[in-house]
Amino acid sequence: MSGPIIAVHNLTKSYGPVQALRGVSFEVQEGEVFGLLGPNGAGKTSTVEILEGLRPADGGIVSVCGLDPQMPGPAFKQEIGAVLQATALPDKIRVSEALAMFASFYKRRRDPASLLKRFGLEEKRNTFYSQLSGGQKQRLALAMSLVNEPRVLFLDEPTAGLDPQVRREIYSIIEELKQETKTILLTTHYIEEAEKLCDRVAIVDQGRVITQGTPRELKQRSAGTTRIELRLAHPESDAALKQLEGVADCHASDGVYVVHSTRVPQTIVSLVHYLEANGNELSSLDIAAPSLEDVFLELTGRSLRD
Amino acid sequence: MRNAWTLTKVRMHLALRNRAFIFFSLIFPLIFLFLFLGLFARSNTAAVPYMLASVLAITVMGSFWGLSVQLVTFREQGILRRFRIAPVGPGAMLASSILSNYILTLPTVAIEFLLARRVFHMSEWGNVGGIFLLVTLGIVTFAALGLIIASVTNSTQETQVINQILWSAFLFLSGATLPLPMLPVWLQRFALFLPATYLVTGFERVMVGRVGVTHIGAEIIALAVSAFLAFFLSQQLFRWEPEAKVGTRAKVLGAATIVPFLLLGLWESTQGNLRATARTDFLSMEGKNPAPLSVPR
Repeated sequence: MSGPIIAVHNLTKSYGPVQALRGVSFEVQEGEVFGLLGPNGAGKTSTVEILEGLRPADGGIVSVCGLDPQMPGPAFKQEIGAVLQATALPDKIRVSEALAMFASFYKRRRDPASLLKRFGLEEKRNTFYSQLSGGQKQRLALAMSLVNEPRVLFLDEPTAGLDPQVRREIYSIIEELKQETKTILLTTHYIEEAEKLCDRVAIVDQGRVITQGTPRELKQRSAGTTRIELRLAHPESDAALKQLEGVADCHASDGVYVVHSTRVPQTIVSLVHYLEANGNELSSLDIAAPSLEDVFLELTGRSLRD
Repeated sequence: MRNAWTLTKVRMHLALRNRAFIFFSLIFPLIFLFLFLGLFARSNTAAVPYMLASVLAITVMGSFWGLSVQLVTFREQGILRRFRIAPVGPGAMLASSILSNYILTLPTVAIEFLLARRVFHMSEWGNVGGIFLLVTLGIVTFAALGLIIASVTNSTQETQVINQILWSAFLFLSGATLPLPMLPVWLQRFALFLPATYLVTGFERVMVGRVGVTHIGAEIIALAVSAFLAFFLSQQLFRWEPEAKVGTRAKVLGAATIVPFLLLGLWESTQGNLRATARTDFLSMEGKNPAPLSVPR
């Protein structure tokens, strides 16, 4: 097996007194979709921007396609494609112009017309960038990132701020790229995105990789708790529900009680008995296998949305 | 080079779709043309070349304003960082700014000449080679100065404040609006340190005096050196990222752009005859011969 196409070892980065990265390490194999999952401020964008050659690292070793992103010469730029988190194009540039212009910068390039077709932008080819919707702008960004047939594609929060329908459109595009065995490094704070799209995930928090593996491995590695979501006719205290049999943790949010149980049948039986004894009753009950959100919660004690 | 040309073509398209650009690059200079020539040269065709020299200088100097604001806006909006991912260097980005501006300014200059000839009955074209050289070097120099301003400012607001100060000095102290000989002597001396003064007097010399390029050697050299220096420094100081703030060292380097004009200003103050020739050209507009050595030192 050949070496990793992306290698990151003990990467550090500070912004003044703030330590954004505290020794991040991971490797990505060719053809893999690798996700950096974590809350805002975890260090995902700093990591990916160092790998794209946009930021200098303070310490550690990084390589992309065997090249050093800390010296991002033309050869390096020929190999990568990127959808940046904070970027734009001039308002009055037409969609087709933008694609043709970026294509012209590369030695290896795809036909802009075929990319327009593939990303559903054919009808918008003469539209100004400022007149595109958020989803169309993101599809254009994806099309532009592929214009040079990159060996490695960096997608930094590609669906952030998009509505669910557009997000699903972007997911299907990324899934297509996955079928083509394109190497992708994706950052996200959406659990669904990481679970659905990534072959492997590194969970990042406060500048550190706290665990990594396939989504399935990570969920299996969690403490083996099952998540039970319930609604009650009358409010109950979290503390009372924590006393039920098999309950490892319980917290309430917006009237929904999320109970983490190690022994689901016993927990449900004792819950029903407790509610009957207190004149309360169940409105709804859902049982779910642990998600990456649960893994994150278990490892950090915080929610991804905190 | 190929990247610079691709960017130049795109930037020309963008500029032509921008109403502000059309107004400030085409309509605004023509307003100046009709104002200056209509008010001061309507019944005196001898004054047309002199007034046209001023209008040409204003048209050429305008390059620095738009380019600096555009570059800073691109940086603030995160547009430059998208280009940074691609194999495009600062040289191509900056060269395309200057080249597109140059190509788009030439038609305005041509229209100004045609109007001066047809509407205001200008009898002579002046020294065409000298005019072309001054237009070319002037646009490149002032555009490069704009890029330096973009390099040493952190926001559009800051850029506009500096532009406003410089533009006012260029417009009112260089002889572009108020003829240099009409200014108080101390202001005339101050004007000797402004790049704009050399552009204005250069145009006056080749249009009114119809002198050859060799007679405006100092102006040409100062503009060329400044253009080269400003382009070189703006490449060194180029910032792709909105959060990359400019340091004091960069501001000092940026200020080095005016060194050729400081040296020329010092030389003109002691040895030169720019004010005398400016007066000669000014008086010739009224058909008068200047008294020898009439310019107070």
